[in-house]
Amino acid sequence: MSSFKDLFETYTWDDVKESIYSKTKNDVERALHTSRRNLEDFKALISPAATTYLEPMAQLSQQLTQKRFGKTIQLYIPLYLSNECTNICTYCGFSLDNKVRRKTLTEDEILQEVKVIKSLGYDHVLLVTGEANQTVHVQYFKKVLKLIRPYFAQVSMEVQPLDTEEYVELIPLGLTSVLIYQETYHKEDYKKHHPKGKKSNFNYRLETPDRLGQAGIHKMGLGVLIGLEDWRTDSFFTALHLNYLEKTYWQTRYSLSFPRLRPFSGGLEPKVEMNDKELVQLICAYRLFNEEVEISLSTRESEKFRNHCVQLGITSISAGSKTNPGGYAVEPESLEQFEISDERSPFEIAAMIRSKGYEPVWKDWDKVMQC
Amino acid sequence: MLKIADKEFSSRLFTGTGKFNSSKLMEEALIASGSELVTVALRRVDMNNADDDILIHLKHPSIDLLPNTSGVRTAKEAVFAAQLAREALETNWIKLEIHPDPKYLMPDPIETLLATEELAKLGFVILPYIHADPVLCKRLENAGASAVMPLGSPIGSNKGLKTIDFLEIIIEQSKVPVIVDAGIGSPSDAAKAMELGADAVLVNTAIAIAGNPVQMAIAFKMAVEAGRMAYHARLGKQGNFAVASSPLTAFLDE
Repeated sequence: MSSFKDLFETYTWDDVKESIYSKTKNDVERALHTSRRNLEDFKALISPAATTYLEPMAQLSQQLTQKRFGKTIQLYIPLYLSNECTNICTYCGFSLDNKVRRKTLTEDEILQEVKVIKSLGYDHVLLVTGEANQTVHVQYFKKVLKLIRPYFAQVSMEVQPLDTEEYVELIPLGLTSVLIYQETYHKEDYKKHHPKGKKSNFNYRLETPDRLGQAGIHKMGLGVLIGLEDWRTDSFFTALHLNYLEKTYWQTRYSLSFPRLRPFSGGLEPKVEMNDKELVQLICAYRLFNEEVEISLSTRESEKFRNHCVQLGITSISAGSKTNPGGYAVEPESLEQFEISDERSPFEIAAMIRSKGYEPVWKDWDKVMQC
Repeated sequence: MLKIADKEFSSRLFTGTGKFNSSKLMEEALIASGSELVTVALRRVDMNNADDDILIHLKHPSIDLLPNTSGVRTAKEAVFAAQLAREALETNWIKLEIHPDPKYLMPDPIETLLATEELAKLGFVILPYIHADPVLCKRLENAGASAVMPLGSPIGSNKGLKTIDFLEIIIEQSKVPVIVDAGIGSPSDAAKAMELGADAVLVNTAIAIAGNPVQMAIAFKMAVEAGRMAYHARLGKQGNFAVASSPLTAFLDE
């Protein structure tokens, strides 16, 4: 069966990059005025030539987002199950070479965390782990899903890539969506940032969304880690990937996210800086390119930035996040994956969303959809 | 009065509950619309919680709830959802929505027919949301649907009646009420649907994301009433040929 890899290999990084950077104001204006935008229009919208069109892009992005999603913002919260990891990733606090105490939550500990998360009002939880296939494997995930499913309407997962058959086993247990970030589509740089561990296999990661689509997942999230490589080129490949997946696995919903590299224990300086203006440009470009895709913004971003983004095109937001296993109740001081930037409580975030004229949505899924 | 199954409605404007910026504003807009049938997505409400924010704001003697199955992808999931809704919300009415395509939310005709057959056996009052397909509407009617809900244009698009030629056929042929659902973007679209002879319209996005949702709800209320009145008054014919002031055949009568 063919996969995204076949399409991906017909492109070269340098050609794509050059094509984006050579887009003109004419290209941007054409992209703004057309009603159905293609990948060339997307290139124009993320190009340097579009930086002077930020306001019309934002206005359009707001209109399109409200048309599809209304004046609502979904809320979710991560639950870090484990910081064990057998990969070396140069940008991650969980990296194998980072000498810190490792922890994987037991069933009792998970329930303690769940209790706190529920008390905050959440009905959608995102399970997060590193990649430690000896301890945190599909059997562990099955156990966790059975344990927590009664407490949540929606359960998402951001863990190591799995095989199709493993996803097939997890979906009936209540797994709704899987987030799988490529980190970067730059093959050589990917190797540099992932020198050791299963994650160093670029192609296995690249084909994960295909495996998820074949397994029949309801929703999947894509994205790159902003800061590793040229964000414009990486974002084009994300859009290409999204386009391919939507056509191939047409029953699946998609979401995008664009985490910017944050400080963590062991620190890597971003190779490429992306400023706030550029991130706004990217959010709007994604919305103009795809009116239906969900766009998520994490607590990595600052309070001020998140306050404004609510009206710009994003559709979901996390709040009150802890990025360490046991962070809510069991062991608040354990190692964080990265430092969060917006420290406000879910209550405060919900109040901020309301003050912007939007409704915070805690539940937008039901178990009945996975009977 | 509009009669669907065993209920009568004086308002022919049905409304939805999604996309409002608060449940309070939703309630105000729905009351202003005069709507007596309001659809609510099961995936948005906590059916086991009597204090659910959305459900609390829909508790009015004049409003009947129409739970919808939005989010399900198969007939099996839809039947399961309808059964849960019946138990939790104490209504056997169900707006059947099966759209496996999450991008344009196009309804699946095959699964919708299968689910209608099954739900009819279980005693539900079924209002299926479908494409404006005249044959499918007849098949659903035979399968036990209490009304049909063809789309005007893609859901949430506000593009109006793009399917008008097919809506006319459906309205002409249907023995059950026809409720034009999805795509109605302005009061004039709603008035047009009513002028065609639709029995009712369902509007959500156009009200929820309006600059002033309450005012827009009133505008829709008036447009639906005006359109229905125009339908009864019978519109003058639109002529394709002119009647000449000096007729060419007048000489025959001379």
